[in-house]
Amino acid sequence: MQTESLHRYHALNRRRVLLVAGMLAVALLAVVADLMTGPAGLPLAETLGALTGWGEVARSAEVIVWQVRLPVAIMALLVGAALALAGAEMQTVLENPLAEPFTLGVSASAALGAATAIVLGLSLPGLPPVWSVSANAFLFALGALALLQLMGRLRGGGPEVLILCGIALNFTAGAFLSLLQFVASADALQQLVFWTMGSLAAASWPGVTVLAVVLAVTAPFSLKAAWQLTALRLGEEQARSFGVDVARLRRWSLLRVSLLAASAVSMVGVIGFVGLAGPHIARMLLGEDHRFFLPGSLLTGAVVMSLASLVSKTVVPGVLLPVGLVTSLIGLPIFFSLILRGRGR
Amino acid sequence: MSGLLIEGLTVSYGRRRIVEGLDLPPLMPGEITVLAGPNAAGKSTLLKGIAGLLPTRGRVMFGDRDLAALSAGDRARTLGFMPQTLPSGAALSVLESVIAARSASGEGAGADRAAMAVLERLGIGPLALDPLDRLSGGQRQMVGLAQALVRDPALLLLDEPTSALDMARQVRLLTEVRRVAAEGRVVLAVLHDLALAAQWADRIAVLHKGRLHSFGTPAEVVTPAMLAEVYGVEARVERCSRGRLMVLIDGETV
Repeated sequence: MQTESLHRYHALNRRRVLLVAGMLAVALLAVVADLMTGPAGLPLAETLGALTGWGEVARSAEVIVWQVRLPVAIMALLVGAALALAGAEMQTVLENPLAEPFTLGVSASAALGAATAIVLGLSLPGLPPVWSVSANAFLFALGALALLQLMGRLRGGGPEVLILCGIALNFTAGAFLSLLQFVASADALQQLVFWTMGSLAAASWPGVTVLAVVLAVTAPFSLKAAWQLTALRLGEEQARSFGVDVARLRRWSLLRVSLLAASAVSMVGVIGFVGLAGPHIARMLLGEDHRFFLPGSLLTGAVVMSLASLVSKTVVPGVLLPVGLVTSLIGLPIFFSLILRGRGR
Repeated sequence: MSGLLIEGLTVSYGRRRIVEGLDLPPLMPGEITVLAGPNAAGKSTLLKGIAGLLPTRGRVMFGDRDLAALSAGDRARTLGFMPQTLPSGAALSVLESVIAARSASGEGAGADRAAMAVLERLGIGPLALDPLDRLSGGQRQMVGLAQALVRDPALLLLDEPTSALDMARQVRLLTEVRRVAAEGRVVLAVLHDLALAAQWADRIAVLHKGRLHSFGTPAEVVTPAMLAEVYGVEARVERCSRGRLMVLIDGETV
């Protein structure tokens, strides 16, 4: 009996490893599909040829793939991965299945930061003008999360306090954003509205590199804390009695979340619901052993975002929809089903 | 001295001091001590203070080690704490939750075997792969005990371990607790049911308004005078045909 249960447990874990590997494969396929779509359709052979350098490939195809589509496709992958990983950690450390960067005001703050650059022309000294929007968005998003942590700490750091402060922050940033929109010129207003809809169109290799580095630095620490995060799912008191320094875990986790969310949102604008949908889908497929749940969330986010990028190019022929709109439209039903399921329990 | 010694212990909950300047005679390995007392006497608070879950002042020595000075990991390897209830909502199986209870402080190796062994021992092996959220209240309580035992701690703190259990499971759990104690562990448990306490405890500590009211063997402690003073009930303490203490409540004292 004992060995049988253990065998079944190990078999389950092997299946989960396979599932995570499968998700990685799907993410790569989604990138290839993303690369193949665009105003100039490229067949699979040519896309792969341009990517790998094998066979005879037209120079134009190479330029389209490497300079135009690949940064966008990789950016989609990384943004999805970063937001979903941030969402997964946030949901665990704040003990709330609806927590994610978008619902807790990070995106709204980033938008406000972007507005200070677009509308007011504020920029960090010495920074190339191309980067001013991203830099301000990043600083505001990071500042929002720092403020959240600070308010939480003042009131004893409970997750409820953090969540309520996050919601208040969301509305505050939204109000200031409206104010800036009110005073903005027509040009700036249009630019700002586009930014808040989230777009991959401006993706560039330097941006991709920045986000990749942030992800590569934070993700290993997330995984290292996997058992502690799993223990936290059994309740804060329990986790503490298991030897987890919960205050410290929460602090470091929220720092990782801040970096991930702020850099992702600052690159592409407001992207809703990936941070919610990614972890939710991963939880249904893999459970909440965070050794599988965290990488699963990351990959699910990457896949969802890649597919959203694909959809944004194909749903209206010849028109590139803002990808943030697409993710919100996909994410909303999931959001509602989550709430309704929670009710039924 | 390898027991648990509590001297001048004050435990606060927020700004309120719930337990104040409490001294307890040493609790020795192999013995079960029951914490009894009316609601809001500070029983759970005291237990959480000893477990390091609430801020304390005073001394809590276990053997020659000051529990309050231990790192979170060392404390987790020294003591196991079983809460009144387990929160719900985690998408984890019983086995996973018990493995996490051991792995969270870094003891990863062999955690799966240790966890399974504890579940078998408590008679909930067949539930190993069931989702935590689908268990009954009583089953969850057994899982809580498994989570406390899986690190093989020398000190076991149980907060109303039998509150959701039927009679058979109460006996099963307390028999297991008795066996665990007999292996040389110190056990301190909050129990509401004084008859149950009288039957299973080696010593009973009665808490009243955050202070120790009385301490001793069940026969010494469970008396009509204590029941009147602490609980405010008029009661008789009698022995059944097997010599066990029975508490019969006649009414509230006026």
